Amino acid sequence: MTANRLAESLLALSQQEELVDLPKDYLLSGSEDEGDNDGEREHQKLLEAISSLDGKNRRKLAERSEASLKVSEFNVSSEGSGEKLVLADLLEPVKTSSSLATVKKQLNRVKSKKTVELPLNKEEIERIHREVAFNKTTQVLSKWDPVVLKNRQAEQLVFPLEKEEPAIAPIEHVLSGWKARTPLEQEIFNLLHKNKQPVADPLLTPVEKASLQAMSLEEAKMRRAELQRARALQSYYEAKARREKKIKSKKYHKVVKKGKAKKALKEFEQLRKANPAAALEELEKIEKARMMERMSLKHQNSGKWAKSKAIMAKYDLEARQAMQEQLAKNKELTQKLQVASESEEEEGGTEEVEELLVPDVVNEVQMNADGPNPWMLRSCTSDTKEAATQEDPEQLPEPEAHEVSESEGEERPVAEEEILLREFEERRSLRKRSELSQDAEPAGSQETKDSSSQEVLSELRVLAQKLKENDQSRKQKASSEGTIPQVQREEPAPEEEEPLLLQRPERVQTLEELEELGKEECFQNKELPRPVLEGQQSERTPNNRPDAPKEKKKKEQMIDLQNLLTTQSPSVKSLAVPTIEELEDEEERNQRQMIKEAFAGDDVIRDFLKEKREAVEASKPKDVDLTLPGWGEWGGVGLKPSAKKRRRFLIKAPEGPPRKDKNLPNVMINEKRNIHTAAHQVRVLPYPFTHHWQFERTIQTPIGSTWNTQRAFQKLTTPKVVTKPGHIINPIKAEDVGYRSSSRSDLSVIQRNPKRITTRHKKQLKKSSVD
Amino acid sequence: MKVKMLSRNPDNYVRETKLDLQRVPRNYDPTLHPFEVPREYVRALNATKLERVFAKPFLASLDGHRDGVNCLAKHPKNLATVLSGACDGEVRIWNLTQRNCIRTVQAHEGFVRGICTRFCGTSFFTVGDDKTVKQWKMDGPGYGEEEEPLHTILGKTVYTGIDHHWKEAVFATCGQQVDIWDEQRTNPICSMTWGFDSISSVKFNPVETFLLGSCASDRNIVLYDMRQATPLKKVILDMRTNTICWNPMEAFIFTAANEDYNLYTFDMRALDTPVMVHMDHVSAVLDVDYCPTGKEFVSASFDKSIRIFPVDKSRSREVYHTKRMQHVICVKWTSDSKYIMCGSDEMNIRLWKANASEKLGVLTSREKAAKDYNQKLKEKFQHYPHIKRIARHRHLPKSIYSQIQEQRIMKEARRRKEVNRIKHSKPGSVPIVSEKKKHIVAVVK
Repeated sequence: MTANRLAESLLALSQQEELVDLPKDYLLSGSEDEGDNDGEREHQKLLEAISSLDGKNRRKLAERSEASLKVSEFNVSSEGSGEKLVLADLLEPVKTSSSLATVKKQLNRVKSKKTVELPLNKEEIERIHREVAFNKTTQVLSKWDPVVLKNRQAEQLVFPLEKEEPAIAPIEHVLSGWKARTPLEQEIFNLLHKNKQPVADPLLTPVEKASLQAMSLEEAKMRRAELQRARALQSYYEAKARREKKIKSKKYHKVVKKGKAKKALKEFEQLRKANPAAALEELEKIEKARMMERMSLKHQNSGKWAKSKAIMAKYDLEARQAMQEQLAKNKELTQKLQVASESEEEEGGTEEVEELLVPDVVNEVQMNADGPNPWMLRSCTSDTKEAATQEDPEQLPEPEAHEVSESEGEERPVAEEEILLREFEERRSLRKRSELSQDAEPAGSQETKDSSSQEVLSELRVLAQKLKENDQSRKQKASSEGTIPQVQREEPAPEEEEPLLLQRPERVQTLEELEELGKEECFQNKELPRPVLEGQQSERTPNNRPDAPKEKKKKEQMIDLQNLLTTQSPSVKSLAVPTIEELEDEEERNQRQMIKEAFAGDDVIRDFLKEKREAVEASKPKDVDLTLPGWGEWGGVGLKPSAKKRRRFLIKAPEGPPRKDKNLPNVMINEKRNIHTAAHQVRVLPYPFTHHWQFERTIQTPIGSTWNTQRAFQKLTTPKVVTKPGHIINPIKAEDVGYRSSSRSDLSVIQRNPKRITTRHKKQLKKSSVD
Repeated sequence: MKVKMLSRNPDNYVRETKLDLQRVPRNYDPTLHPFEVPREYVRALNATKLERVFAKPFLASLDGHRDGVNCLAKHPKNLATVLSGACDGEVRIWNLTQRNCIRTVQAHEGFVRGICTRFCGTSFFTVGDDKTVKQWKMDGPGYGEEEEPLHTILGKTVYTGIDHHWKEAVFATCGQQVDIWDEQRTNPICSMTWGFDSISSVKFNPVETFLLGSCASDRNIVLYDMRQATPLKKVILDMRTNTICWNPMEAFIFTAANEDYNLYTFDMRALDTPVMVHMDHVSAVLDVDYCPTGKEFVSASFDKSIRIFPVDKSRSREVYHTKRMQHVICVKWTSDSKYIMCGSDEMNIRLWKANASEKLGVLTSREKAAKDYNQKLKEKFQHYPHIKRIARHRHLPKSIYSQIQEQRIMKEARRRKEVNRIKHSKPGSVPIVSEKKKHIVAVVK
């Protein structure tokens, strides 16, 4: 039974459309007779209408009006419910039965499949194609926008755009067909050949090539850096040498010299060990030097210096030492050298000889002062000092080294000298610092004090001094600033105040007078320049002073622009002014008097005012008088039209616009346009300009060579477009402006996608063949 | 006693050789050279007057055709060579320097509708009323050889125009549809249509060479993309467009010569509003060609005159006419931008200077400097009424002159009516359409 029903329902699905218009009450209406049907239906309708009156919408049943062959027994209709019949509705009863799984599956598949949309019609497709193609083309074209804009705004365009490369033949071509004729040419050729100068590219001789290859960039850089360093070191050493040369201390130089000698000796020793032959040569040299010395008799006590020293030696320890040293040197030089290995013993021997040679005085003193070598003593003391005081970690190793060196007998003097040198250095630096700090300190105290602590001290001192100075300067500044503005403030203030005080009352005076006079006098008199009674003013000023500001305010409104010319400029005079100024005033007055006398006849201001008045009158629109004498009344000689008539026929002219010079008392503006100049003037602002001053500026800058230098003239007159006669100007190309042109040719692109064209074309071909 | 003397460095005033120019010291102190503006104004005025005095643009007339000249073509590599096709099917090749005809070919029966040269200049193509496309060698036949085309393509319909690709062996013809041909084949490799109407001319874009523009007699201008083998867009104007021409320096700009006496410059990316409407002709504009610099173009009109327009101005800067010149059918601007050729109904080709008062031949540097200076002065003072009046003044034949007056009256009447209509209707109900938009009917995608 259910299977039957299902089959039926499937059938119904297939005939859905027919089912739609099947009415529900088909069976009912079908069973009835046609004849009495009408009355029944009328009645039914009436009933329905009545029942629908209650507001609730009753189900509207579809009505069937024509017969149909297919009649569904299930009475399925979508019309009644107002909804479409959905597949799911039909499947609901199937859910219960499991035997119809396959059908169900098929139905589900049908449901899941999407319907294929109808293909668009041909026009639509073409339109879409076109739109896509257009967008693509627009994109391609938009790359030209900047180029076009640039060319449109360019100051100058030179056509043709592509640069023609000058047709210059390469040099080898020129050379191949050319022979040296003159001797000079031959000489040059020989030279070139000698250097194996190649003719073809690249034009480099083998040597140049090698040199190019020899050095890579990094190597060259390293070389350069090395050279730079060497140069820097050299300059550094030079500077050092210069510095040392400047040192005036004899002791220092002596020490240095001695050190050098020692060093030479040491080197010689080493040389003797390493290379006896060289040492022998060296020895010979020394011998020669000795001989020279001996011949010159330089180091004996016969020199000027030596004599002076000998005198001083009695009292001065240093002088004595110098003497001794010289003697020692002399001895050393004059002595004939024997075998080098016995130098130590000889040294001992020399001392003895020295004692013999040295003058008695020197020796005596030395013996008195200090038995052993004074150099030794000093070095010991300094060393101990250093060891005790110096706590700097940097300088620690050096003293240690000295101590080590002290243990060795031979090298000790070298260390001594070093120490001495260092001392010198320190002293020098300290001296400099002290000079900076402007602290005069005894040099002796520095020796005893620790160097580092002294540094700190000196720095502190410097700082303190600076602070002091700063403070002082600041104070000074502040005071100066304080004083100067005060002075300035004090100075201008009276100046400012004075004129105010002087002027105000006077102006008030004149205005007051004006007012008074204005009340009294008529219009004409006002324009005339009026003499001002100075005496009166001076008398009145003190009285008016307290209420001057008030009055001034009042009067300011009363200043009439018309009368600006006629009012006299206020003279700078009052009771407060000292007598000197009065004198000056007198001078001025004299001057004015003279000028007045000179130009007694012409009153310029009055003339001007008169002229202006006339101009104003002339520019005023005229009334039109239309009275006809003798019209409507008696006429004749001596008879005038009556006032009434005149009034009646007088057409008053409308008042024109205010004159531009109405508020400018000392200016007269002619408002009539000059036709002759107007013909040469631009009436409206031309298009690209937005302001008249822009346009005026372009006009006012001359471009001719009369006003500009040649260069500027050329620049100003460059034409916008330059073309060369006889040169073909090709259309702009992508390569000209730096773009890469499309690699594919247009033709190949067509042949790649010929689909639509060929089909259409084939059709046409067919058609034509048929025809 | 010491005598003070003037001493000068002789280098400042002695010439090295007597051929050198004498040194003239100048003082540029502005107070020494007053009235610079009035003086330059006078110079500008004189320059303008002289320009008009020397304005003699007509150079030569090439006569020989036995019917109206229908089409012209430039040789791409040779400035002196010009090709022309006449209404009796005759093609002539001219030498401009000698001003004579160097070759005559009876190419077609009936009109020669179109002529174009190959980009290399070795051959040229013609289309005619006899439904054929013919390719000819540029050089004449040898002694004893027959004058015959290299190739002949027999078409099914009449071709009305032809243009050659700027870089490749491809050409395009137009008639009922736009066909693109490979030179080696007898069938078009591509044909594009949009609607059914006879297309009067087709032009390749010289910059982006795959673009084409055509104009048909149903008042529209259609753009095509050759590579995608599809039309791009169509704009419909008030009246028929006779021909178009692409700007050789600006890839997306083209100008259309219209029957409604105007020319329209379009940006092909925005066809709904022309960039500029050029109006001065008093009859249908038949042909247009761009100056190779892309700054100006020349148009030929049915009103027996040719006019030169700057691309950014709506009014022409120059008008050329002669008594004998009839309706001008075709016009070309030579590739060196110095000359203009026009072919007209009365069988002549005329050669004009592009710049009417320009001196031909080699100029000395001083002449050149003076020319540049005068040009700049004219530019500077161009807005001054006197100068403007003189520079603008042209003598026109009576027919054109009266036509201009008449059209001015008509235009004024139309404008007045429009104003009145706006005035007497509800505000906003009558839209105010700008002159540019007025002539565009529709843009079809």
